[in-house]
Amino acid sequence: MNATAQQLSPQTAPQPDQAAFQKLFDQRFDERMAQIEADHIPSMSIISTKGTLDMAYPPFILAATAAALGWDVSVFFTFYGLTLLKKDLDLEISPLGNPAMPMKMPVGPEWLQAIDMKIPNLVMAGVPGFEKMATKMMKKSLDNKGVASIEELRSLCLEADVKLVACQMTVDLFNMDQEEFIPEISGWIGAASFLPTAQKSDVTLFV
Amino acid sequence: MTTATPATTLDARGLNCPLPILRTRKALTAMASGEALLVQSTDPGSVKDIESFCSQTSNELLSASNEDGEFQFVIRKS
Repeated sequence: MNATAQQLSPQTAPQPDQAAFQKLFDQRFDERMAQIEADHIPSMSIISTKGTLDMAYPPFILAATAAALGWDVSVFFTFYGLTLLKKDLDLEISPLGNPAMPMKMPVGPEWLQAIDMKIPNLVMAGVPGFEKMATKMMKKSLDNKGVASIEELRSLCLEADVKLVACQMTVDLFNMDQEEFIPEISGWIGAASFLPTAQKSDVTLFV
Repeated sequence: MTTATPATTLDARGLNCPLPILRTRKALTAMASGEALLVQSTDPGSVKDIESFCSQTSNELLSASNEDGEFQFVIRKS
């Protein structure tokens, strides 16, 4: 035991120059890591799968904001999310089967606007034009509160070089025509093309 | 040192998240390095957002004030 300890001690105790080297190495390593971090441009990949007015907001708000922060952003629109890339946006919202959605008056005195109207499913499902009315009310609320329209957010995304990519399979599946969509789409791709982008992203979100 | 007197004013009052940030970015893009931008806003969320925006984009937040729910930020472009 003693012999082993004696043999090891000269090696384990760092020599003066070794310690200096170690210190320098640590310092340089920290500097280099800090430099790499400072130079790194964050990136985000979002998968957008829903085409209703409420679910159109998260991907566009996050994408536009990240782009404003200087991030590289890609959004992959698939299934009903593809609707968000149409030239003519006519997005609707359905309170039916959407129990967390507050039903509130966009106009009138404040006490009235504060009321969350509990509307029976039977009424929401049975009254013709109920969704149209709910959509109109939501759009009015968005406008009153100074929230951007989806059209505005989308053009801000394009202006800030957010890559909007579209799912080719969805077009084929629903017999759509590429002509129905905005020409600024960066590419018509599939999962195999988007995943490598997502793999290298710092932030990946599914909406 | 360049002067901190804002060369440009951005009126983002009445706009909600994320528009004040997006408009700020747009306004800064058109400005020269070292110039200051005055941003006016009424969105309480913009206080944290402008701070975060400045630290992420390395633009300097020179001042932030709140007068009766109206916020004013002075940002110097990096």
